[in-house]
Amino acid sequence: MTADPNDPKPAKPPVDDVTGIETTGHSWDGIEELNSPLPRWWLWTFYATVIWGIAYTVAYPAWPMIDRATTGILGYSTRAEVAADIAAFEDATAELSAQLARADLTALEPDDPLHRYAVSSGAAVFRTNCSQCHGSGAAGARGYPNLLDDDWLWGGTVEQIAYTVRHGIRNEQDPDARWSQMPAYRDLLTPDEIAQTVEYVVSLSDRPHETAQAAQGAEIFADQCSACHGEAGTGMREMGAPNLTDAIWLYGGDREALTATIANARFGVMPPWGPPRLSEAQVQAVAAYVHQLGGGEASEASDVPAN
Amino acid sequence: MANMSKTTAAVLKRHAKIERNATLLLVLSLLVVTVGGIVEIAPLFYLENTIEEVDGMRPYSPLELTGREIYVREGCYTCHSQMIRPMRDEVDRYGHYSLAAESMYDHPFQWGSKRTGPDLARVGGRYSDAWHVDHLIDPQSVVPESIMPGYAFLANTQIDAEYIGDLLAAHRAVGVPYTDEMIETARADFNAQADPDGDFDGLLERYPGAQVRNFDGLEGISEMDAMVAYLQMLGTLVDFSTFTPDASR
Repeated sequence: MTADPNDPKPAKPPVDDVTGIETTGHSWDGIEELNSPLPRWWLWTFYATVIWGIAYTVAYPAWPMIDRATTGILGYSTRAEVAADIAAFEDATAELSAQLARADLTALEPDDPLHRYAVSSGAAVFRTNCSQCHGSGAAGARGYPNLLDDDWLWGGTVEQIAYTVRHGIRNEQDPDARWSQMPAYRDLLTPDEIAQTVEYVVSLSDRPHETAQAAQGAEIFADQCSACHGEAGTGMREMGAPNLTDAIWLYGGDREALTATIANARFGVMPPWGPPRLSEAQVQAVAAYVHQLGGGEASEASDVPAN
Repeated sequence: MANMSKTTAAVLKRHAKIERNATLLLVLSLLVVTVGGIVEIAPLFYLENTIEEVDGMRPYSPLELTGREIYVREGCYTCHSQMIRPMRDEVDRYGHYSLAAESMYDHPFQWGSKRTGPDLARVGGRYSDAWHVDHLIDPQSVVPESIMPGYAFLANTQIDAEYIGDLLAAHRAVGVPYTDEMIETARADFNAQADPDGDFDGLLERYPGAQVRNFDGLEGISEMDAMVAYLQMLGTLVDFSTFTPDASR
């Protein structure tokens, strides 16, 4: 039977002959629409989601009230959860970290488990916090020292490295930061004098140079530069003054770079990484890591700085 | 059971009216969406536990605000978020998770939604000014594996800050509490922050904790100065050694 399209209100819902299911009564060019009920599984899933939705808002923070939202019967809070996560992690490593924080790094043997822990956790600290300037492999970049070689500006024993990490260099945040300042010689020397000094500095590292110019430069060097860089130009770690007689140049060793360095001076800054930024154990760890990269120096009792 | 299906049929019949009248459907849909919106959004403006007051927050200084404008102009937010989520790995890498109050003077906020580069919410003080300048000019010179493009032109574009007062006024119009005094002295404060040899006492009084340096190491105030001043203050205003998070928030 086909529903009569001209009859707006059939007494009984029309039924499709083939399937025996009611139709909606709509007909478009003789094409009709079955009024199949929703599948049971679908309907019950829908009811379940409604119940789940209500239960969820009861269990978790949800409904806005007068001055705060309902807190939920589970008492969940994102902040409490992250605090618990951090506490659980700290508890798990608490013993090693506490040992490391008060350990005498100079006394640790390389095969000591605490040293191995320090180096591997120090590597993670280094990659997260230090690699942006010193490179992910610690090879440095122009203006940012290479930590793989045995040339150190401020000292390469593990305590000196730890001090540098903790307080940084020439920064405003930490009053104990390592500090020195090279004057900008463009105001103190004439361009000719700067050129002579450059020639002398080139001669220090046994490179081809103009002897007469360098001889004049030697006098200027003795007056102006030797207080920090030493009579022989071999540098002075108390001032963070680099050795000028080797082939290692932080800002470049060609005449152009040397001229810029002498005229404008350099003022490399390293931020302090001691607490609160890194924990005491992390400072010790990253110092142990950097120390064992290749150029670490053995400690002498006399050059241990006070923390 | 028979009663229930009768009621259902009656409701469906009335609902059929809505289905057959497009205008009525539109009006009622709008009504439903409005109720949903009010319930979800309106409470955020009055619930006490969504508005946390934190010591140390202040409006951006004129130079920092200019740097922020450049940050937005260059689309830094498309690769860098400023939102440390409350998760252990994020806190471990970037520092204390971000607080809503730390974005209170951001119009628009710079939370971002994607990290191609690292989060910058607490980048302030992590690197030296020289590093930021080197890195903005040629990122690969300091981080060889970086895919960030260079922004060397920032150092070549000088700013004379003629309209800096208007910029502050615009931010005041959307709710940042800049005072008349701050707007009047905006241009002087802008210049003072990049001149460590000048008089910057007034600047520090108006914007406590502002860092005064020649950020790019060059003469004049360029977009590089403003950008580095902005980056170096990000996340530094709240002192987390004295901040105790309220776990109920």
